[in-house]
Amino acid sequence: MSHLQLDRVSAYYGAFQAVADVSLNIEPCSITALIGPSGCGKSTLLRTINRLHETIPGARVTGDVRLNGQDVLGPGSDPVEVRSRVGMVFQRANPFPTMSISENVLAGVKLRGRRLAPKQAEQVVERSLKAANLWQETKDRLKKSGAGLSGGQQQRLCIARAIAVQPEVLLMDEPCSALDPASTAAIEELMVTLKSDYTVVVVTHNLAQAARVSDQTAFMSVDRAGQPGRLIEHGSTVSLFNAPTQTATCDYIAGKFG
Amino acid sequence: MTAFADQLLPVELEERAPDDLSQLLTADRVADPVDASRAADAQPAARGVPPKPAEQSEQPVQLGPSTQSDRAARPDRSDSAARADQPVQRSARAGRPGRNLGDIGWRGLTLAAAVTTVLALGSVMAFLALEGAPAVAGDATDLPAQAPDIWALTWPLLFGSAWVSGLALAVAAPVGVGIALFSVLIARRRLGGWLGASIDILAAVPSVVYGLWGLTVLAPLVAPAYAWVADRLGWIPFLAGPASATGRTVLTAAMVLAVMVLPLVASLSREVIRLVPSNLIEGALALGATRWEMIRLVVLPQARSGITAGVMLALGRALGETMAVAMVLSPTPFLISFHLLRSENPGTVASFIAQNFPEAHGLETNALIWLGLVLFALTFLINSLARTLVRPKGGTT
Ligand SMILES: Nc1ncnc2c1ncn2[C@@H]1O[C@H](COP(=O)(O)OP(=O)(O)OP(=O)(O)O)[C@@H](O)[C@H]1O
Ligand SMILES: [Mg+2]
Repeated sequence: MSHLQLDRVSAYYGAFQAVADVSLNIEPCSITALIGPSGCGKSTLLRTINRLHETIPGARVTGDVRLNGQDVLGPGSDPVEVRSRVGMVFQRANPFPTMSISENVLAGVKLRGRRLAPKQAEQVVERSLKAANLWQETKDRLKKSGAGLSGGQQQRLCIARAIAVQPEVLLMDEPCSALDPASTAAIEELMVTLKSDYTVVVVTHNLAQAARVSDQTAFMSVDRAGQPGRLIEHGSTVSLFNAPTQTATCDYIAGKFG
Repeated sequence: MTAFADQLLPVELEERAPDDLSQLLTADRVADPVDASRAADAQPAARGVPPKPAEQSEQPVQLGPSTQSDRAARPDRSDSAARADQPVQRSARAGRPGRNLGDIGWRGLTLAAAVTTVLALGSVMAFLALEGAPAVAGDATDLPAQAPDIWALTWPLLFGSAWVSGLALAVAAPVGVGIALFSVLIARRRLGGWLGASIDILAAVPSVVYGLWGLTVLAPLVAPAYAWVADRLGWIPFLAGPASATGRTVLTAAMVLAVMVLPLVASLSREVIRLVPSNLIEGALALGATRWEMIRLVVLPQARSGITAGVMLALGRALGETMAVAMVLSPTPFLISFHLLRSENPGTVASFIAQNFPEAHGLETNALIWLGLVLFALTFLINSLARTLVRPKGGTT
């Protein structure tokens, strides 16, 4: 659980600026929902936090991201170290297809160079899968491939993989967009329980979901194509949905565009 | 070379297809007769996006974040799905006869090609067996190089082929895969492209040129180094002296072969590494993997079968290589030796055949054809081995 501060973050793809001047304060142990029309730079912003953005050729970031006060983007910070403290769940489930379910869960733990006794490893697998609400479905097939799971199960496996290393922050990019209502409900429930240990930032197109699970909501938007996305409004979910201060937010929530 | 490709790549496609290959394949399979009417309709919209329930199917490598191509692909999917729902009347008026004629023509053409291939292969095998048999069956007079019997001729050459090619691959495989990994995953785009282009040029150099280069440039260059190594490290069994003064040794021949097959390994590996889904790569990075850990965790397991196929292809090429080896190496008859630096070296099957064929007559010719059969059997064995290696462990992809 960690305090996350974004200060005038801008992100570029080559010459194209996708995100401009986003400043955002994300409290520890809370869920922050990032909403806004397609193409406004939500994913891009999220990926700057764990420095995944810069892995794209030509992409760069300016501004400041601080994790518990520590500079994330500066030259003194190691992206690998940042990513081991900031977990991420992607829109499309991406379990490693050549690994079994338990190997998937342990993948991150092994990367930390920790030698686990078989007993410990079992415990990590069980704890993570339980936390991801997947234990009941998979406990008899831990040695089977993760690719054999349903889409929703695969997504929960990815969540288990992300939380097995106990990151401080969990970034989720539309984690439910490919899932059925039951799996979505399971993952929403999971987010709420994760909140007690992690700082969660979730991108979603589902306003009801944002309203249901998040404490804070940030609304991003873009004027027209070719312009960078900006943060329009940020506040507690209750106040943003009930009494938005900006007309753009109002329009978006009312379903007028996006 | 294409023969090897034909034997190996189908395995790749059918059994452990990288995702976009499997998509293409599915699209092709749909075009099979059973489903022709549905497919005829669904295909124009669905080129490359097969009308299977595609929510979980992975896209091929994308450069941007996955959301982009998702957005692009989705309309197609729903489109094709929607059309597939009401296929019957539509295909009835979709100009069937013309399409069918084309289909039949195409089918006939591919069938003819397949039959021709099988016939050609069969006739080569029959030729080798019929013409080679007398050398084994007959009494051991008049064999090439005054060999006492056919096996005394076969084993050393077979050993030489395997030894030189094995050495070559021991160098070319790691270097080639390394170049491929570097040019796809690590180098900046411009450098990667440049590297790829120069590898492709290397592939186009004729083997005679490599032979000349090995003979006139490489051998004199390495000869002093060999002497030095034999002097200092001679206690290591393979490196014992006396070192060849000309530098024309098994090791030099293996180096020439390595440079020759390197582009094959590198370019095939590059293609399969490109096909590793980028969301897996990002998944590994997001977990806190370093670049090398990411390669070990997702890229190599995903690309394993393709890389194996590439290496086997290269091994086949190295085994069959005649000119470069014949030019660099002056073999000592009937020698089986693991020494890398000495001036006495084993010969290889392919170059022995090429060097002795012009003057061969009678049983000598049969003996050379027999050697060809043996080489063929060896490459066949290696191919079968590659097939079993390429087969996936748990049916996952
Ligand atoms: N790899 C890339 N290269 C160039 N431009 C990109 C790349 N990825 C995204 N963009 C552009 O950056 C902008 C923001 O994209 P981003 O994916 O962050 O939007 P988003 O808010 O996540 O949208 P969605 O809700 O549809 O996922 C878009 O204009 C997009 O075209
Ligand atoms: Mg997005």
